[in-house]
Amino acid sequence: MSGLTLRRRAARPPREAVPVVLTDRYSPLPRKVLVRVIGYGLLALGTLLYLGPFLVQVATSFKTDADAVANPVSLIPSPVSTAAWEIVAGSNPAYSVPVFRWLGNSFVVTISVTLGRLIIDSLAGYALARLRFRGRTVVFAAVVAVLAVPGVVLLIPKFLVLNQLGMFDSYAGMILPLFCDAVGILLMKTAFEAVPTELDEAARIDGAGVFRTFWSVILPLVRPALVTVTILSFQGSWNEFTHFLVATSDPDLATMNLGIARLTAGDLQGSQQFPLKLALATLSTIPIAIVYVFFSRYFMRSGNATGLK
Amino acid sequence: MTATVTREASAGRTGPVRRRGISGHLRQERRAGWLFVAPAVIVLVVFLFAPILMAAWVSLLDWNGQSSPFSGDAEFVGLDNYRSLLVDAGLLRGDFMLSVRNTVYYVLFNVTGVVVVSFALAMVVNSHVLRGRSFFRTIFYFPAITSSVAISVLFLFLFQGSGVVNVVLSWVGVDGPSWFTDPRGVLHIVLSWFGVDAAPGALAETSLGGLSLWDWFSGPSVAMCALITLTIWASSGTFMLFFLVGLQDIPVELEEATAIDGAGAWQRFRHLTLPLMRRSIVLVVTLALISSWQVFDQVFILSQGAPAKTTLTPAYISYVRSFGDGQFGVGAAVAFVLFAIIIVLTLVQRWVGRERRA
Repeated sequence: MSGLTLRRRAARPPREAVPVVLTDRYSPLPRKVLVRVIGYGLLALGTLLYLGPFLVQVATSFKTDADAVANPVSLIPSPVSTAAWEIVAGSNPAYSVPVFRWLGNSFVVTISVTLGRLIIDSLAGYALARLRFRGRTVVFAAVVAVLAVPGVVLLIPKFLVLNQLGMFDSYAGMILPLFCDAVGILLMKTAFEAVPTELDEAARIDGAGVFRTFWSVILPLVRPALVTVTILSFQGSWNEFTHFLVATSDPDLATMNLGIARLTAGDLQGSQQFPLKLALATLSTIPIAIVYVFFSRYFMRSGNATGLK
Repeated sequence: MTATVTREASAGRTGPVRRRGISGHLRQERRAGWLFVAPAVIVLVVFLFAPILMAAWVSLLDWNGQSSPFSGDAEFVGLDNYRSLLVDAGLLRGDFMLSVRNTVYYVLFNVTGVVVVSFALAMVVNSHVLRGRSFFRTIFYFPAITSSVAISVLFLFLFQGSGVVNVVLSWVGVDGPSWFTDPRGVLHIVLSWFGVDAAPGALAETSLGGLSLWDWFSGPSVAMCALITLTIWASSGTFMLFFLVGLQDIPVELEEATAIDGAGAWQRFRHLTLPLMRRSIVLVVTLALISSWQVFDQVFILSQGAPAKTTLTPAYISYVRSFGDGQFGVGAAVAFVLFAIIIVLTLVQRWVGRERRA
């Protein structure tokens, strides 16, 4: 979790010495206490502001429509109602939302994109880091240039190309364009560069070909980078919205996000069924939250890798 | 960047020496090199570079999205789409100018807010006297990994007329507005407190791009403020991490030395932390600026540009014109103007950042 901090802390001299000097010379204990009180106060306020909304979200999903409107702040539903979740689970015969369809589509797309990116990114990253071929600098420059292209500008271009290739309203059209992943390629390239070249040479002397060297010798050594790319892809494609918005119009192809967005911005606008909407939002957050709990370290690392390039 | 250049150069230098000995292997390596990058290159060319060129062509057409834009069915109109966007008086230019105004305020408030909030979070999370910092860091970062759609739905609920935000405001005696239907600009509201309700003559009469100066100086609308709050909340975790990396690079010895020299907390912050954090700040401002110009998802779900077009953004115009009205030429033109704006801003930002550092 705190890989960053821990490593730095280890190199530091014992911290005890200085604060003692400080408190002796300027102010007795109260000052340090004051700093702590303010610090924890800020942390508590931050936790309230950053976690509170999610608690409200989960609580509201167990409320009745009337209770959600009347007592929006309360974290205890009264009465506790599972009506929203019954609709989500499909056990309400009167009203249904194709949640399983959406979830299925989201998983199909997310898993395909993640697998595709792992293969494409590690191959390209290895070539850019290790293999000498004509045009390497050009390819590298192109990958870096991709980072500068603002995603939202690609809305119409993506629709155009999918239309032209006959991939509009298809899984291929939803998945293939998301294989473009400059960040992942650069991440893998950096990871491969950290592996000593001697290993490649040793493998080659032992008679391994380029692919064999890559696959059996070097790739296992960059496992942390592979995990980072996996998580980044999983989160990115699970949360993706605009690409699916322009790549599909068929409701059967809607992902979780697209389904929720259409439901919220259209159908239910009048009736304001917030418990249902928030139950759906909660459901769509659960997979990410689970991954986050176990791998938050990798999330944070990837967050930094994205920007510092 | 520099590191890469040097590496490329040295690879080139060692190349010829090796070639003599193991030319067979080198040939294999060359072939493998292209094979390895081929999937990435194909995907990038087909789904990124080619589409951009296609869109550039479409932005010169009057194309409704039905036939193929390359069949000649769509009329070639040259720069007309750009002209109706930027020059010719009309609904489109009016909308576009409004969206630019909205976004300028959005960017201004959002970037300022996000820098202050994420810096503060980073300072607290980095403070050595507190325990459980990594736990809190995990909490503050959580909104940043949640989907914009889920968060928008949540904020739609929080900012309802009688929603959580207004209930909390009422506890401190503030009568909250009806957030998503209030088109009044906050600067106009502030001015009205001082008795300025209508536009002073000069401001109402002078117009820029078809929009009176009074309208340009409206400030973000109340609805836009809800949107700004959402983005600050959702993105501050990411930027907190950038600041955290910067803060951890400040040598502890330096902090301790200044503390022993008797510098107060504020002085240390002002004269030590801030100057050393300049690079991080420039980076965060640049990234926040770029992403602010692209706001789309939240607008799509929260407001669709309403009320009174005060949350209209260029990206949303580009989408609605294309997929709503079937004017793909116009939509593509908006996208390219937006692209240009972002690139220019990035360059300006880089230049300003570099100037100060030198």
